[in-house]
Amino acid sequence: MAELNTDGGGKKGKDKVRSKKQNAGVDLTAMVDLAFLLITFFMLTTTLSQPQSMDLQMPDKKDVPDEDKTIVGESNTMTILLGKDNKLTYYMGMFNDPKEEPTDSTYGKDGIRQVLLQKISNLRAQGLTGKDGLIVVIKATDDATYTNMIDILDEMVITGIEVYAINTITDAEKEIMQ
Amino acid sequence: MAKMKKSSTRIDMTAMCDVSFLLLTFFVLTSTAKTPEVYPVDLPASTKETKIPSDDILTITVGQENVFIGLAGREDRIDALVRMGKEYNIEFTEEEQVAFSGMENFGVDIREMKSILALPPGERMKKELHPGIPYRDSLNNQLSTWVKVARESSYIRKSTDERKNFLKVAIKGDANERFGTVKEVMDILQEQRQNRFYLVTGLRSDDF
Repeated sequence: MAELNTDGGGKKGKDKVRSKKQNAGVDLTAMVDLAFLLITFFMLTTTLSQPQSMDLQMPDKKDVPDEDKTIVGESNTMTILLGKDNKLTYYMGMFNDPKEEPTDSTYGKDGIRQVLLQKISNLRAQGLTGKDGLIVVIKATDDATYTNMIDILDEMVITGIEVYAINTITDAEKEIMQ
Repeated sequence: MAKMKKSSTRIDMTAMCDVSFLLLTFFVLTSTAKTPEVYPVDLPASTKETKIPSDDILTITVGQENVFIGLAGREDRIDALVRMGKEYNIEFTEEEQVAFSGMENFGVDIREMKSILALPPGERMKKELHPGIPYRDSLNNQLSTWVKVARESSYIRKSTDERKNFLKVAIKGDANERFGTVKEVMDILQEQRQNRFYLVTGLRSDDF
């Protein structure tokens, strides 16, 4: 490491005046160590501190002209209901006259994702993809957690569903989520 | 016998030192200091990786049925505070405005803002001083007023061709928050035709 000149200043005034041999190089190892440590620290903190986000566009509540409203075909509409304690139920079509009765499911890759992928491939077989394909309406009770909503929105991204909306839950639907 | 060559074991570190300090300077200058938060939340995870815009954004933190607000940019904050003061007939002095511009986020009734700003800088961000912004009382919906003034302030300071996307709103909800509370906040925003939100999330592993 850093070298100290240990040469004592003793013998003075002798016959020869020897010029001291100075070590010109400074040992930079410790300095480089420190610099790299700080670089690592700043590199990691900058990339981790930038949060991600999920872009959500909600429909305008006021005065939507009738011609701008999306007509939702009932056969390819799936409604997902989110309840408390991670309860999840889905049905196809209209609530009063469902194509498929409300069925319980779970969050994650073995639950609702399989159902969604199944429905998407069923519709694709009929030539219905993209905007004409599966339409998902998400309705959450007030007791569902925010994580539940993010999880479902995330499933929409993962399964590539183009048309999905968050809607207000009706009283009848609240009833079955109890 | 051949003489062993005496080779030096030292490496010249100068260049390495130069490079590392150059990088260090770069990272120090580009990084932004992590802002102290009055209410730190657990973010729900998602796989979507849209980065959140860093300027001209209003962040609404929702946790335990309380709401906190964060505004980006010092000038934006001062402008919003002055406008907010006009709405509630409170005059903020120059010092109070400067003090407010240093607060990255807050959750306090506007009528108690003066007493918070009078405190020394280290004590302003104490959690117990920030009970949340009133948003449930329809006669005293300060969240709604904050959103309104922030939107006005951002809209006016934008040039005409940039006005299409003036203020962005991010919702930072706690993972365990009831959806009902988040919904209330969204409804308040939608009443002002703020229909686009960024939902702040954390990173999720790919095999989810």
